[in-house]
Amino acid sequence: MVDKDIIEKLQKKILVLQGNHKPDKEQLGVGLGAIELVFPGNIFPRGAVHELISLSSENASSTNGFISVILGKLMQKNGCCIWISSKRKLFPPALKVFGINPEQILFVDTWKVKDCLWTIEEAMKCDALTAVVGEISEMSFNDSRRLQLAVEKSKVTGFIHRQQPKAMNAVACVSRWKINSVESELIGKMPGVGFPRWEVELLKVRNGQTGKWLVQWSPRGLEYISEQIVTTKIHEPKIA
Amino acid sequence: MARIVAIWFPHLITDRMIRRQPELKGVPFALANNEKGRRIVKAVNSIAQEKGVFTGMVVADCRALLPELQLFDYDEKESKRLLLSLAEWCIRYTPFVSTDENGLILDASGCTHLWGGEKEYLREIHTRFKNFGYQIRIGMADTIGCAWAVCYYGKNGLIITEGKQAEAISTLPSAALRLEKTVCEKLEKLGLKTIGSFMLMPRTALRRRFGQALLTRLDQALGAEMEMLTPVKPPSPFEERLSSLEPILTATGIEMALKNLLAIVCERLTKESKGLRKCELRCYRMDGNIQKIEIGTNRPTRNSIHLFKLFELKIQQIEPDLGIELFILEAPVVEELLSSQDALWAMSSANEAAVAELIDKLAGKIGIAAIHRYLPAQHYWPERSVKETTSLTERPDAEWRTDLQRPLHLLPKPEYIEVSVPMPDYPPLLFHYKGLLHTVKKADGPERIEQEWWIEEGLYRDYYCVEDDKGARYWLFRSGDYNNSNPKWFIHGFFA
Repeated sequence: MVDKDIIEKLQKKILVLQGNHKPDKEQLGVGLGAIELVFPGNIFPRGAVHELISLSSENASSTNGFISVILGKLMQKNGCCIWISSKRKLFPPALKVFGINPEQILFVDTWKVKDCLWTIEEAMKCDALTAVVGEISEMSFNDSRRLQLAVEKSKVTGFIHRQQPKAMNAVACVSRWKINSVESELIGKMPGVGFPRWEVELLKVRNGQTGKWLVQWSPRGLEYISEQIVTTKIHEPKIA
Repeated sequence: MARIVAIWFPHLITDRMIRRQPELKGVPFALANNEKGRRIVKAVNSIAQEKGVFTGMVVADCRALLPELQLFDYDEKESKRLLLSLAEWCIRYTPFVSTDENGLILDASGCTHLWGGEKEYLREIHTRFKNFGYQIRIGMADTIGCAWAVCYYGKNGLIITEGKQAEAISTLPSAALRLEKTVCEKLEKLGLKTIGSFMLMPRTALRRRFGQALLTRLDQALGAEMEMLTPVKPPSPFEERLSSLEPILTATGIEMALKNLLAIVCERLTKESKGLRKCELRCYRMDGNIQKIEIGTNRPTRNSIHLFKLFELKIQQIEPDLGIELFILEAPVVEELLSSQDALWAMSSANEAAVAELIDKLAGKIGIAAIHRYLPAQHYWPERSVKETTSLTERPDAEWRTDLQRPLHLLPKPEYIEVSVPMPDYPPLLFHYKGLLHTVKKADGPERIEQEWWIEEGLYRDYYCVEDDKGARYWLFRSGDYNNSNPKWFIHGFFA
């Protein structure tokens, strides 16, 4: 019994060292509901970099939709967000549906990948921002490590959306997501297209459980259609 | 004794307009504005004046007199501004220049010899203005009053030698003394047409009949009473220089110089409650070459640490070569910066400043053109439904619309797709996009969006939101209808 206590204490210490600080009282959920339970401390990690992967341009928009859901909650208190991309397709007026005021987002469009990474890093270093979204395709382990270190200091929540990457190489981000768009459903065979529905896959998570959920974004918020946690095994923490 | 030059621009504003629009040369035109319900002429060009149009005339009368007369609006401030800028330009002739109602007064004491004498001095001024296209009358005398009288009522270009004011003005009309109109009229009525006719009258008699003003003006013209000029002060540029004892070769040296200069400039900015928008560092090299780096900021700032950080990114562009002997830091664009600024999205002011500084940093490296912020625009046409803003604080003047479905991803240009449509006004059954066949399972629409004919002509679009068998949602549109032609289909976006 004593051993277990010690191990728990040590684990908590490690978590803090890895950037998972104890959540403040103000830091509530980000509106993900059941998904948040798989993270250490049952709370969505802020001040960390999350990696999202999309393999087609259709899924890219779903992925940005999922990011917008989280951003909408993060920016509730009038924060400011910077959205950096090398080939942006995002249409600002559509963000309003996700509870974001599009005028609170600054878009930075760079053509060079190098500039893009530099911009993301500089933005993540700025503690006045609430969140930073970076849309790039390739990111090396070293790059991701730099970004993670930057956010650990500034407490900015970072999202790296990798569109059609050449390889899904290992990176130092706290989680890796994959969002696929799924056929929508309407009640009672009504004609038309329903609310956006996604299959949210959490492929990797540091010190948490991976899983797969079927969710739907409606004006009421994120709704769970079905929930299936694939693995219950705790991921071994990676030492970067 | 002082030497004063008076310059009068009889057609200041109209000359300026001819300079700006050369096609007005040779055309009679006038400027007028509304006064007591009538349009009154405020300025005329020389051609119109020759034909009998004068300032103070009613526009209707001018039209009757000269039907081909062109009329423009008169802006009083514009004429003042122009006079001020001409005064600033004249500082090349003397450090003391002041503006008059329609002209300039220059204190040329001790300046004329630099141009080789008084005659040459006046000729130089006259020629320069003539070359610019300004007609001027000019006069020179010991006192402001006398120079003014000679300029407005004497021979053009007349120089009154020292102490000869009394002779010079005695033949001029009483109006040359800068008197009020009523006093002039009274003098005229009594037959005192020239200044000489009353100049030697007993002062008490003059004062009793015409007031103290006449005596003051007379004394000022003759030099018995002092008259002061209020010289125009040009805004001194925000420029600081630092010369080095030994040529600077290293980046550390440049940084130190820059820090010193920034500290001085920022201190002055704080005093005058201003902030700079643009700053330039010029490094004068031993071999005569000038190395230059420049930064711009998003909003006025006077934070020397932040400015230094912006410069730091560019210091490596400087090639010291043999060494730099002189640094000049200049802020060409300066704006008002009060301590309380508009709140940026209700953030705390510290955060706001930090974001603005981050943007400056980004703009310094990748260019301000890469940074965008959007506000809603009241247009249905999707490409025009957002407008870009350069300001960080501008707030939307309309609500963002959520009642219409808009895709999260919008293609910069709609892409052509091949479709098979069961019947007109129906969404497609199948469509080909990027070599893949998509079977449409569900569809919403159409939402018809018409071209805004006052902006652009073109076919309307019928938008459909469709979902394919894989669950991906697209925004498609048909351009035009099936009645007249074979309409084309396009894909314009992806829904989340």
